[in-house]
Amino acid sequence: MSEMRYEAPKTLAAAVALLAAASGGARILAGGTDLLIQLRTGRIEPSLLVDIKGIPEMTSIVADSSGFRLGAAVTLMQLTEHQALAQEWPGVIDGIKFIGSIQVKGRATLGGNLCNASPAADSVPALIAAGAVASIIGPAGRRETPVAEIATGPGRTTLTPGEIVTALLLPRQARHSGDAYLRFTPRTEMDIAVVGAAVHLTLDERGICSQARVALGAVASRALLVPEAAAAVIGTRVDGPALACLAEAARAASQPIDDKRGTREFRLRIVGVMAQRAAEIALDRARRNS
Amino acid sequence: MIVASGLKYQARELKIVGTRPLRPDGVDKVTGRARYGADISLPGQLIGKVLRSPHAHARIKSIDTSAAAALPGVKAVISRDDFADMAEEYAAAGELTINFRDVTRNMMAREKVLYDGHPVAAVAATSEAIARAALKLIKVDYEILPHVIDVIAALRPDAPLLHEEQYTEGVNPRPARPSNLAKRLEFARGNVEAGFAAADTIVEREFTTKPVHQGYIEPQACLASYSEDGQAELWTSTQGHFVFRAQCAKLLQMEISKIRVTPTEIGGGFGGKNNIYNEPLAIALSRKSHRPVKMVMTREEVFRATGPTSGGHVKVRLGATRDGRITAATAELSFQAGAFPGSSVAPASMCAFTRYDLENVRVIGNDVTVNRPKVAAYRAPGAPIAAFAVESAIDEMAKKLGIAPIEFRLINAAREGTQTYYGPKLGKIGYIETLEAARAHPHYRAPLGPGHGRGIATGFWFNIGNETTAALNINEDGTATLIMGTIDVAGGSRAAMAMMVAEELGIPFDRVRPHIGDTSSLGFNFITAGSRGTFAGGMACVVAARDAIEKLRDRVARIREVPLEAVLWKDGHAVPAEGSARQFAPMSLAEIAGQAGKTGGPIAGHAELNVQGAGPGFGAHIVDVEVDRQTGSIKILRYTAVQDVGRAIHPAYVEGQLQGGVVQGIGWALNEEYVYDADGILANPGFLDYRIPVASDLPFIDTVIVEVANPNHPYGVRGCGEVPIIAPLAAIANAVENALGIRFYDLPMAPPKVLQAIDEAAAAASKA
Ligand SMILES: Cc1cc2nc3c(=O)[nH]c(=O)nc-3n(C[C@H](O)[C@H](O)[C@H](O)COP(=O)(O)OP(=O)(O)OC[C@H]3O[C@@H](n4cnc5c(N)ncnc54)[C@H](O)[C@@H]3O)c2cc1C
Repeated sequence: MSEMRYEAPKTLAAAVALLAAASGGARILAGGTDLLIQLRTGRIEPSLLVDIKGIPEMTSIVADSSGFRLGAAVTLMQLTEHQALAQEWPGVIDGIKFIGSIQVKGRATLGGNLCNASPAADSVPALIAAGAVASIIGPAGRRETPVAEIATGPGRTTLTPGEIVTALLLPRQARHSGDAYLRFTPRTEMDIAVVGAAVHLTLDERGICSQARVALGAVASRALLVPEAAAAVIGTRVDGPALACLAEAARAASQPIDDKRGTREFRLRIVGVMAQRAAEIALDRARRNS
Repeated sequence: MIVASGLKYQARELKIVGTRPLRPDGVDKVTGRARYGADISLPGQLIGKVLRSPHAHARIKSIDTSAAAALPGVKAVISRDDFADMAEEYAAAGELTINFRDVTRNMMAREKVLYDGHPVAAVAATSEAIARAALKLIKVDYEILPHVIDVIAALRPDAPLLHEEQYTEGVNPRPARPSNLAKRLEFARGNVEAGFAAADTIVEREFTTKPVHQGYIEPQACLASYSEDGQAELWTSTQGHFVFRAQCAKLLQMEISKIRVTPTEIGGGFGGKNNIYNEPLAIALSRKSHRPVKMVMTREEVFRATGPTSGGHVKVRLGATRDGRITAATAELSFQAGAFPGSSVAPASMCAFTRYDLENVRVIGNDVTVNRPKVAAYRAPGAPIAAFAVESAIDEMAKKLGIAPIEFRLINAAREGTQTYYGPKLGKIGYIETLEAARAHPHYRAPLGPGHGRGIATGFWFNIGNETTAALNINEDGTATLIMGTIDVAGGSRAAMAMMVAEELGIPFDRVRPHIGDTSSLGFNFITAGSRGTFAGGMACVVAARDAIEKLRDRVARIREVPLEAVLWKDGHAVPAEGSARQFAPMSLAEIAGQAGKTGGPIAGHAELNVQGAGPGFGAHIVDVEVDRQTGSIKILRYTAVQDVGRAIHPAYVEGQLQGGVVQGIGWALNEEYVYDADGILANPGFLDYRIPVASDLPFIDTVIVEVANPNHPYGVRGCGEVPIIAPLAAIANAVENALGIRFYDLPMAPPKVLQAIDEAAAAASKA
């Protein structure tokens, strides 16, 4: 039987070196709430686990004038308890709060949610709508990439072997801006998104939408940024007809599959509803944010 | 001896029964000290694991275990050749009947595998990792066969056949060809043709439900140790350790006295722990390896290989006169039995209409084998499926006739003396009282919000008695240790038993410590099933307490040298009978117990009974729902469960039973279902995609306890655990109909189905 080694490096450099030396047989371990399940079912059989929770740069939250730097291994519970973050990016917190239970959130991380690359990951659409950027380190050094460009399909990412996402970077929230994330699940909690929709929008002084981003989850092989849906509300008061166009654009951009969690047809119906409802919440938050 | 009439219900002033003390098992549970199945270990134990069929239906051509047996650390490998074949022989197991020929094949496949997850071999090894590695080394050569899951598909003449020798029982003459229809039952009374002819209105509908899981949180777990002198010890999480002992003895061809079963704390069962799975395998592996063997199922194994309840198909026809009298009722129920015959279609058929006083009834029940795990009992086995159909049809009929749903039920309500269509006349029952309590509840009259809907439905369950034993030891300090043989399936029956004993003895509740005895400490007890725990178990405890009191009185009579009749038992003391010429100084229980050794020996009470006279239970549920018309999502806004329980010994635990049953019913109605893929493989073997309700899905569930005493129990107990799961399916469907004007005939009412129906109704309306 094969053996599995466990390492808990204290620095990013050590983590990068461990991963480089393992040449492919290694896995990064954050909260383990996805990884342990994959280990137990035998879907993955790594020879090395590199636990990144002991690396200070990855387990801290930094807020300054340029925005928020969220360590990729900070637990989701810690994120939900960060007052300033919740104040400025309530939609990102909406996404985080949906993930699992309090116990799951006590372990799980944003880095894990992103890099596990499930199309239904709940924090990802909100991060994409917020314009978040992933900070990455690897054998070739550091780089930054928009969150929207990390996942390519279920379990697949653009990360090259040995690369670690160290942090998620969020800008400061602009005035008259708001964000929101909603998902549809048959149960109210402890469920996987059948459809997820995140909307970020900014209003000008007259209440006209000047900027918007719409991101959808669980309706394609990865979370989608849908500029057509954003275009439907930009330049409008985000009123009924504009919202109907946004919903229609969200439907048009979706390429869902049939699976045990929902049919293609149902997902196409619901994605418009969720996108519209998320936009209504984001609008309300933008109006209050003066 | 206790005279039988002493066990009849007697209204009297009570000090303890009806109060709400803390349960004796509570502290251990909240501190994590309670020992469940997987918590028991022995030195030197091995871990047992099962190789399971990856196919829904296949013939086993060969099994080669040699490579697995040769793996270092593997101490035993077993397969079909390690067990004797069994002839047809029937036995009762809970509310369902089993056949040992099938039980041995379900425990370990012989000629064929009949479902995804069917055990094919098992290994015991020094670690779980080695056991798992060994499973991968077992070579099974299968000839894959076509399979069938759906009950209606399984009844078609060209359906894949599970059992080549299965000729339908209960049809005359015997059919010429074998089929998946294992058995056909018929119950009839009166003349339904005449009844329908007399009707002004007829409602005829078909309903389907999906197979659902009991949702117990603790997976099955056991530990067996077989000694060199042929004795076996078994620790297991079970609803009936005596029945498990009997089944293991039979399957392993052992004498009953050579097996001792100690039940562990049980993390839920609801009927799902009435049947043996790994227990005989663990004993056989221990016998072969000479080491203790522990076997703990994974959640996936629980879903794939243990018994859920049936999916069903029910046709109902009702006829009624304009003034609301039901003139005839028929139903045909077809239930998935799973891989082997023996579904709950029989009790379901008997429950279908037994809330109503009907002249003309015919019910047909079909027991159908399909390529799914053999079904097990689930809380009021089968009754919720039947009630979903019948109570939906009743609702539709009431609406057609313009009669309020509770009034329509009251017009036709079963009452004392009602002749059932399956046999007995009903004794004293509380259906009318239950309906009246529901009608009087503020919920029934509360105004509904816009777009909300309200539904009503009712349920009936027999409740049962059966073999029950108990022993009550009076300790030296005047406390009492109660040994019960009926498993406390976590509902709190230990508290209820200790309360009845304390009431009888006249001592405080906390002076009575209840324990579940192992199979060597008491005579045979039937499974905790059929809501019999507090009824039958309570009867045994009361008899044991009265037996002890007789002995206490006798002891005092001899100590004080007075005739037995001069000694009365009152408030924990032996006192002189009022007006008796022979007065003496009273003695407390503690005083008598302290001297017991010197005055004739220790004192104990016993009961060995076959308890009769179970009192049927009835429930009436009211539910309000809101439907999200854009997503098809149904929200339960308010729920009230009203039920006649005879007598609530511990009202808080009775309320807990009512609430728990409702929650399971809500899951059944809204989201729960086993999903099989095109190859007959279970696609959702876990609680992520098998969606039982979570707390945030539910409102607080209000309960109303109705108490129409069961005349055949000293405290009037009927039993309460099963009735509350019967009505929710139909109550919710009726509420959804009330909200949307759309009736659902097919469960679960999952959002995609609801949304599609809303769309279709809108399309039809726009065309019209
Ligand atoms: C009961 C339960 C409920 C759940 N409910 C939800 C839900 O509602 N919504 C939802 O979206 N998810 C849910 N999940 C999934 C899971 O909790 C989340 O995806 C979580 O965010 C994963 O984070 P983690 O730290 O546990 O990741 P891990 O399991 O540690 O890692 C996941 C993957 O990402 C890789 N990885 C982790 N960190 C990094 C990094 N910094 N850089 C590069 N690669 C990395 C790992 O190698 C692994 O492949 C649930 C899980 C459970 C067990």
